[in-house]
Amino acid sequence: MSTFINPVEPFLRADRMPHIWCPGCGIGTTVNCFARALVESKLPLDNVAVVSGIGCTGRVAGYIHLDSFHTTHGRAIPFATGLKLANPNLHVVVYSGDGDLIAIGGNHFIHAARRNVDITVICVNNLTYGMTGGQVAPTTPVGATATTSPYGCFERPFNLPFLAESSGAVYVARWTAFHVRHVAHAMGEAFQKKGFSFIEILSPCPTLYQRRNKMGDGLETMRYYKQHSIIKNGAKTHDVDINLQGEIIVGKFVDIERPTLQQTMEQQLRQTLKDRYAG
Amino acid sequence: MTLTTANPACVLTGPHFLDGDCACSEGAIAAGANFAAGYPITPSTEVVEHFASRIPTVGGVFLQMEDELASSIAILGASWGGAKAFTVTSGPGFSLMMEHIGYAAMTETPCVFVNVQRGGPSTGLPTLPGQADMMQARWGSHGDYEIIALCPNSPQECFNLMIDAFNLAEEYRTPVLVMMDECVGHMTEKVVIPPAEEIKIFPRRYTSLPPSEYLPFRPGPDGIPEMAKAGQGYHAEVTGLTHDEHGYPAMNWQAQHKLVSRLVGKIRDNADRIGRWEEKGLEDAEVAVVAYGITSRVAERAMQMARAEGLKVGLLRPVVVWPFPEKRIRELSLRVRAWVVVEMNYGQMVNEVERCAAGHARTVLLGHGGGTVHEPEEILKAIREAAA
Repeated sequence: MSTFINPVEPFLRADRMPHIWCPGCGIGTTVNCFARALVESKLPLDNVAVVSGIGCTGRVAGYIHLDSFHTTHGRAIPFATGLKLANPNLHVVVYSGDGDLIAIGGNHFIHAARRNVDITVICVNNLTYGMTGGQVAPTTPVGATATTSPYGCFERPFNLPFLAESSGAVYVARWTAFHVRHVAHAMGEAFQKKGFSFIEILSPCPTLYQRRNKMGDGLETMRYYKQHSIIKNGAKTHDVDINLQGEIIVGKFVDIERPTLQQTMEQQLRQTLKDRYAG
Repeated sequence: MTLTTANPACVLTGPHFLDGDCACSEGAIAAGANFAAGYPITPSTEVVEHFASRIPTVGGVFLQMEDELASSIAILGASWGGAKAFTVTSGPGFSLMMEHIGYAAMTETPCVFVNVQRGGPSTGLPTLPGQADMMQARWGSHGDYEIIALCPNSPQECFNLMIDAFNLAEEYRTPVLVMMDECVGHMTEKVVIPPAEEIKIFPRRYTSLPPSEYLPFRPGPDGIPEMAKAGQGYHAEVTGLTHDEHGYPAMNWQAQHKLVSRLVGKIRDNADRIGRWEEKGLEDAEVAVVAYGITSRVAERAMQMARAEGLKVGLLRPVVVWPFPEKRIRELSLRVRAWVVVEMNYGQMVNEVERCAAGHARTVLLGHGGGTVHEPEEILKAIREAAA
């Protein structure tokens, strides 16, 4: 009798299972996609480093059996920037949540995109702070209820693809946890991309977001994603806002070429310093 | 661990006329620093300006980050990527960096933080000196940890202590702080840079074990684990959470006690080896002055004036301020009558001196809020009163 081995198992720290994520949460699904993307990308795995911040998605780095760094809240991107510049052979993936990357870490997000640091940023967006119990986030749709917006969120949320593109990202895509093949494919494309690549993945937080907003469980959210997502590759990012109800525009929005931070730095220094540049 | 020597390509051997900030930068380069990240802040900016100008010619990276939070963790990422890395700041930026001093302590990441102190609190006196971050250096990040902090009193020592700071960071796998002040940072003096072969370098403690046998946080015989560089197949997990020897989060008191007691112990138990201070005229002293950084130079002048009056006065200058020279102060407290602690703050290191004196010698503070160095005459007056 042959023993069945899950194809993603070699990518996980099996001795750390079970993970902390709730039933119906989409983060584990995205990790599955990540593992599949790594298999298909044929990247040398010893050269892949995963950096996370704090929060539910911030736990991803710790479950992946690669060089993995669970950093401070909001600071995964500048950690990754230092890691990449010190060791340009590494393929650095930042894997974190919306609160971590866009609220407390928002400044680093826009600057890393501006510089075009050669990293891939995967943002699992569950529209709330899961780890701390469901507080309002800069991604929470207007009208949604959270523990700290008990009468409904009244702030306009960030449109993440628009933010990423305006800041300078060379690859921008959005999918949901329902779109597993698209997510894995987008990750594979992002791995190959030179520069700041960004993937937003909408994910259910059934325990804290969907339940509080009477949107059902994880499965119902998957059905919602299936029925309300519209694939529009190449859509203008300023048109892809997320609302409390209604359609979700998904797809690959940006895929351009621009010299990376490493390239512009080396080019500038070589041009100015000539043979004094030590490289 | 076998010491190596500095890379000659990085060392500008010979006499120079440098300010403390530039000497600090040259010290870092001589120590092998090949990565710095920083955010402009007076009076520290010249350190990174100098580094930004020099490092591309010897091999390495400077990146000006978007803020001090970014700078202080970019150096930690760089360190795990294999670089020797540091950042530089002053008061307000130092406050912002506190979380990453704690993260570096918890993850045992070798790195150096330089604080060119100015008057505070808050924005305070950007262009004028202060020494009021000494307790922040010791306790500023949350939770329990021990720290190493060095305190130069001349541009020459800014150069020398940067090399020591990097070596201590590697030896103990810990963040090391270099607590300068605006005067030392901006004063220009002769700095003699020695030949590279005279500069000893403590190499990174990389493991030689194969990945299958390696545990990233298993302490060696001296309590310090070996490191694995990212990208070499070790697949280490690094987290700021309390962790076990695998680096895996462990949310229980047993793991907490085991880890944090080791982090504290690796420095506390080596305090005698790490500690360093300078003594002048203490052989027959009845009054002993304690001063560090620029203040120690004014205090030395005051000591000479007091000696000229026939007063038996000595000076103890902590060069390593943390760990504090506790044992020596305890010993001397049994034979001096009084300590006069001179510092540009309203009483920080004086509390350490008083604690160590433990009632055996009187402890007097001569402190002020910064913005200018003490006058030697004020110190002389305090010495006279203490001797009376």
